[in-house]
This record gives sequence, structure tokens and C-alpha cells, in this order.
Amino acid sequence: MGTLVYLLPIALFLGVLGLVSFLWALRSGQYDDLDGAAERVLIDDEKAREP
Amino acid sequence: MSCCAPPVDMVLEIERAKSAGPSDDEILLARRQLGNGLNQTDLSVPSVHCGACIQAIESGLSRIPGVESARVNLSTKRVSVSWRGNDVPAVVPTLARLGYPARIPEDIEIEKDGTLSELITALAVAGFATGNIMLLSVSVWAGADGPTRDLFHWLSALIAVPVMAFAGRIYFRSAWNALRHGRMNMDVPISLGVALAYTMSLYETITHGHHAYFDASVSLLFFLLIGRTLDHLMRDRARAAVSGLIRLSPRGAVVVRADGRRDYLPLADIEPGMRLFIAAGERIPVNAVVLQGSSDLDCSLVTGESGLQRIAPGEPVLAGIQNLTGPLTIEATAAAKDSFLAEMVRLMEVAEQGRGTRRRIADRVSALYSPVVHLTALLSFLGWMAATGDWHLSITIAIAVLIITCPCALGLAVPIVQVVAARRLFESGILVKDGSAMERLAEIDTVVFDKTGTLTMGRPGLRNVTFVDEDDLALAASLAAFSRHPVSAAVEAAFSGRSDAVAYENVVEHPGLGIEATFDGRRYRLGRMSWALEGRDIPNSSAGTALAIDGALRASFDCTDSLREGAMSAARELAGTGLSLEILSGDKAPAVAHVADMLSIGMFKASVMPSGKVDRLDQLRAAGKKVLMVGDGLNDAPALSAAHVSMAPGTGADIGRNAADFIFLRDSLTAVPLALRIARNADRLIRQNFALAVIYNLIAVPIAILGFVTPLIAAIAMSGSSLLVIGNALRLRANEKRFSLSLPAFVRHFAGTRKAVL
Repeated sequence: MGTLVYLLPIALFLGVLGLVSFLWALRSGQYDDLDGAAERVLIDDEKAREP
Repeated sequence: MSCCAPPVDMVLEIERAKSAGPSDDEILLARRQLGNGLNQTDLSVPSVHCGACIQAIESGLSRIPGVESARVNLSTKRVSVSWRGNDVPAVVPTLARLGYPARIPEDIEIEKDGTLSELITALAVAGFATGNIMLLSVSVWAGADGPTRDLFHWLSALIAVPVMAFAGRIYFRSAWNALRHGRMNMDVPISLGVALAYTMSLYETITHGHHAYFDASVSLLFFLLIGRTLDHLMRDRARAAVSGLIRLSPRGAVVVRADGRRDYLPLADIEPGMRLFIAAGERIPVNAVVLQGSSDLDCSLVTGESGLQRIAPGEPVLAGIQNLTGPLTIEATAAAKDSFLAEMVRLMEVAEQGRGTRRRIADRVSALYSPVVHLTALLSFLGWMAATGDWHLSITIAIAVLIITCPCALGLAVPIVQVVAARRLFESGILVKDGSAMERLAEIDTVVFDKTGTLTMGRPGLRNVTFVDEDDLALAASLAAFSRHPVSAAVEAAFSGRSDAVAYENVVEHPGLGIEATFDGRRYRLGRMSWALEGRDIPNSSAGTALAIDGALRASFDCTDSLREGAMSAARELAGTGLSLEILSGDKAPAVAHVADMLSIGMFKASVMPSGKVDRLDQLRAAGKKVLMVGDGLNDAPALSAAHVSMAPGTGADIGRNAADFIFLRDSLTAVPLALRIARNADRLIRQNFALAVIYNLIAVPIAILGFVTPLIAAIAMSGSSLLVIGNALRLRANEKRFSLSLPAFVRHFAGTRKAVL
């Protein structure tokens, strides 16, 4: 019982952290173009290519 | 994914895009003003399919002066361009040059109603809570006792609160709506079960009870939300694909003012009496009378006539007709809201009302299921009351019955199968507007086809060619490139690329006759045989199109509206499965009879008006038939809404596409039997899933009534039945895969033989 007092809050806090970050990602439009995001990784940065 | 193999969903008819790029005026009308002189335009670019495309478009567009930024969305195949000022930058031409024909997407309002984000938020909250509550519940089942158990129960109750608020709301709202209108749907027993389970568990927690059902009520919502979200995603995807198809009705028209000034006005601002200028290739925006000019008109989409119509000043034209060969000045006789198109919309609305309300299978089942479940729960409460007189025990058992019978599997049984089926159809280039369409398709016993544009391509294909010298064909092709006449297009498509284009001079198109040009001092004519030969002796076959040099025949082309690819095999397959086939066409009797004969379809009617098509469908319905209507034109739109279920090709009129339940994007008509087969398979699986759910209940309900159900048993039983139903739905994929392996081989074979003939 004693260990539960701090283990449970930690577990729940981490869970809520995951949930909140998912909701944040959703709101900021990161799920709007999943196919595009997968392809964009492969595109070179315009600025990086210029000397 | 390899970049150069076009993906399966990239079949949005690109070849037709040649003439269909939106004009600057249209872009100005469709722009969104963001303030500070900044404008945003969303364009649909169906041929985007890989990372290289994204980069080519984004870097190509941002180099245009005036463009602030461009961003491609690969999932929706859209590019969003923001630009400054009032002059439209050369976005569309640049895209076309890069190889990505663009168009203005249809406005789809549903897309932005926030349902999807509500569903995903609810799903995330429910998923989080399910995981955590299950963890706590497992500890309780493993033997946590006394104050620890109470603590776990309290925590579970707390975690479940947001689930009831976010996820529960969706079901409670729908259930309340149904009850208020005196109907029953699947959400009523779900809401009741979830809410009662939560309340009872809360009571148990307060009174230090042993059994709490928080995990059951939360995981139930989670499972059901998965089905609902998938269903929604599938429909969203279909809608996005439909909105990317070519717009066939114009957004506006060029108005010629009294002082000769020309303005581009939106359709709604055009009034009777205004003079409009219609360039070759454009569609007539409103009903009108021709003032000046002569041209050939393509009426196939409007009246279903396959032949071209010659037009001269003084004659009336209907909205939606395409002007092909010469510029016209017309005077509007009706505003857009009173034009032919609007008349079709009214007919569609009437037809829609006549068809009555349809109820989905799930709702029909739940209308039977819910009373039985609720009655069983009530009876077990009364039974236990009579036997023991213990309030608490009786209520606990009654609620356990409700939870165990909660239609988790039933709620998943339909959407999961439909999502899997819709995905299968999507891969074959067929879009489904909603799930109920698939249920209706499985019930049909009659198929009614439109002719022009549906059974046939709606544009002529080359039947027979005779020529003096093979080089003449290349000459004809490069001359044909100057004309929009469908025969020219067919000639060009068949023979272009054989040699370099000829540098013709003084190209003139004579509406109704043909196209004339000079090259190297000689006069070339491509067109009507008698005109091209300039009155010389016409060889025995006087029909057809000819290429002549200074009046001497060089080549002749025989073109007829060709059957749509796969029409034969589709008709044979549909007739083979015992359906009765019928043709309703606006075209003239001989043309219809010819097609009906080729496809061996016995029943056909020619010269049918749009309202006549609806009447015929009403007649069939009165005779107890369930009709699938396949049509493409404006004149088919009312019939598409009147039919039990309807299908339209992606090349059809906008309004028809919006009315149809299914849209097939590939040319082949085999899409019809394919869709039917998948719908019937899906229907069988749905029925199997219902049977599985019933069997599950037959086993679980007696256990619950006898009072042996604990939260552990409920959790196992419920997830077990859900997994069973999902697994069964996935069989649809496996079954169809075996078939689809042979289909591409067949198509390749067919395409190969066709090329050999030409």
C-alpha cells in the first residue's frame, strides 16, 4: 500500500502526459497529412543544399 | 512505395484534364482572402503521389512571383497556395507544365464540421482510460482487497469521468435523438448499458462492494468508437476523392456589356437578358438563345444524345451543353436558378422524397434486439426479487445482464465489414458514399443503364481507317490537334506521335464541316467527307470523316461511339446472376437498339425525358423491384436519386456524381458487377456476424441471469465476441484477394488485344 501512494500518481501522470501530447499533436495539424509526412522525410532541405 | 508506379487510387481520369484547367477568373472567385492582401487558393491535384511530386510542386510554385508559399497535402491530394495582390499568379499553368493538372475542388462543407476531430479526441481519451482502468481491474481480479480495492475502484471511477463526457456524449446524444423521435437505434441499448454500469459501479464503490464494472463500460465505448471512427475516415476519403474530380458546370461566365466591356461574373449574378461569350470548349452556363456564331454542340451529358448538334443564331441552348467548335455569343433567357440544371435539382428533390426513408440493417436489428434485451433484464430483476427479495442482488444481476448483452459485437458487426468492403472497393477505383448504399446494393434485382456515357464512352472511338499513305495519318493527327471536335480528338489520340507536328498555317475551323489549313501551298481539309472532297466524286461509303489535300482523298476515318470497356462482360455477368437488365436513354431509337443488341439486353426505351426515367423507376418500384440505376448525365440525375441505389462514372456530370451512391473512377464497366459481388459478400458477412452475436448471447445471457457474471467474466466475454466479429469481417479481404490476383491479369490481356486491333 505504501509504495502505491507514489507509484500510482507517477503511472497516471505519465499516462496523462501521453494523452495530452497526442491531443496537442492532433490540434497542431500533425495528423492532417500522414502520407505527406512519410514522404517529406526524404526531401532534402532547400537551404541545406545551397552553399 | 515506388515513385513511378501510379498508386491504385490515382485513377481520377487525368486524360480529360487537358481542356479543364480552371481559368484565372475562376480562381479569383474561389479564393479565400486572408487579409493584408494575402489570398489563399486550394487546388485539387489528383496526380500527386510521392515525395518527388511534393518537392517538384512546392519548389516550382514558390518560384512564381507573387506566390508567398505553397504546401502540398499528399493525403487529400490538394495544394494550398497563398499569394499576394489581385492578379492571379500562373499557378495552374505552372502545375500543368510540371505534369500535374489542377482543378478547383468542389466545396464540401461536411468535411469541416469537426466530427472527425471529435471522434479522434474521444477515441484517445477512451483508449487512455481503458488501458489504465484495465490495469487497475486486473490488480483487483488478482486479489487486491480491502482499502486497496476501494482505492483502485475510486481511481477507476475518476478516470472514467472524462470518458463518459467525451466518448459517452456521442452515443448519449444519438440515443436521445432516436428516442425523442420515437425510434430505436443501436445507441440506445449501448447508452443505457454504459450509463447504468457506471452508476451501479459508483454505488458499489461507495458501499465498499466487490464488483465494479468501470472497465466494462469504458472498454465498450472504446471498441465501439474504433468502428465508428474507421467508418467516418472511409467516408471522408471517398468524399475527398469525389471533390477532386473535374467540375463540369462552370462557376461563372464572361458577360459582354453594352459598351463591349467583358466581365467574368459568378453564375448566381447572371440575369436574363445578359449577353454572354462562350469560347469553344466551354459549357453553356444558363439557358440561352444564340445571338452570333455557329458551332457544334455536345449534348451527350444533358440529353443523352450521342450525335453532335449543329447550332445557328436564333436557336435555344440548354445549360450544361458543351460548345465544341466555334465561339458563340448568347443571350441568357433564364437565371442559373431557373435553368435546366436547377430543374434537374427540383426533379431530384421530388424523387428523393418519393423513395421514402430507408433503415439500415443495424437499426432494423436493434429495433428487435433492444426490447428483447431490456425485457430480459427486467424479467431477471423481477425473478430474483421474487426468489430472494434482495433489492441489491436483483439490481446487480439485472445490470449484469444489460452489460453482457450490450451490443458491442453488434455495434461492430456492421461498420467493420463495411469499412473492409469500402476499402476493397476503393482499391478497385470505386468510391462508396455511405455504408447503407452497400446494404442496398446487395438487395437489387434489376439494373437500369443509361446509354450515352455509361454503356458507351460518350465520345467516338475510331472504328475503321482507310488510307493511301501511312504518313497521311500523322498529317491528319496534327491537323486534328487544332480542333475540339470529338472525332478530331479520336483521330489525334490514335495517330499522334508518329512523326513531328506539321507547321500548318491559316488554320480555320468550320463548325459542322471540319478544319481547314494550308501547308506548303496546298490546302488540307479534315472533316465531313463531302466538304473535304470539295464536291468531287465521293467513294462508295459517303459517311465518315476524311482527310483531303486540295480535294483529293488521302484517308478516311469511320468513328462511332464505342462501347465502354468491359460493357459486354459486365452485362453478361449481371444477367448471369439472374438480374434483369434494362436501358433507358435520351438518345434516338436506332442508336439505343444497336447498343442493346450488342449487349443482348432485351428491354430498352429510347428518347426518354429525365422525368420519364423517374416515372419508369417508380413503375419498377411499384412492381416490387429493387433497382440499381447506372447513369452519368444531367438527365440521369433525377433517376439516380429515385433508384434504390445508384452508380455513376467519375466522368459524369457533377450533379449526377453527387446524387449517386457509388462512383467508379476507372473506365471499365466491370466495376458494376465487382461492386455488386463485394456488396453481396459484405452482406453475407454482416449476417454471419449477427448470427455470431446471437450465439454469443445465447451462451452468455443464461450465465448472467443465473447471477454468475463477475467483472472478469464480462471483460473476457465482451472482448472475445468483439474479436470474433472483427476476425470474421477480415475474411472479406482474404476472399477478395484471391479474386483480385486474377483481375489485373485479365485487364492486361484485354488491353493488349484492344491495342492489337487498332
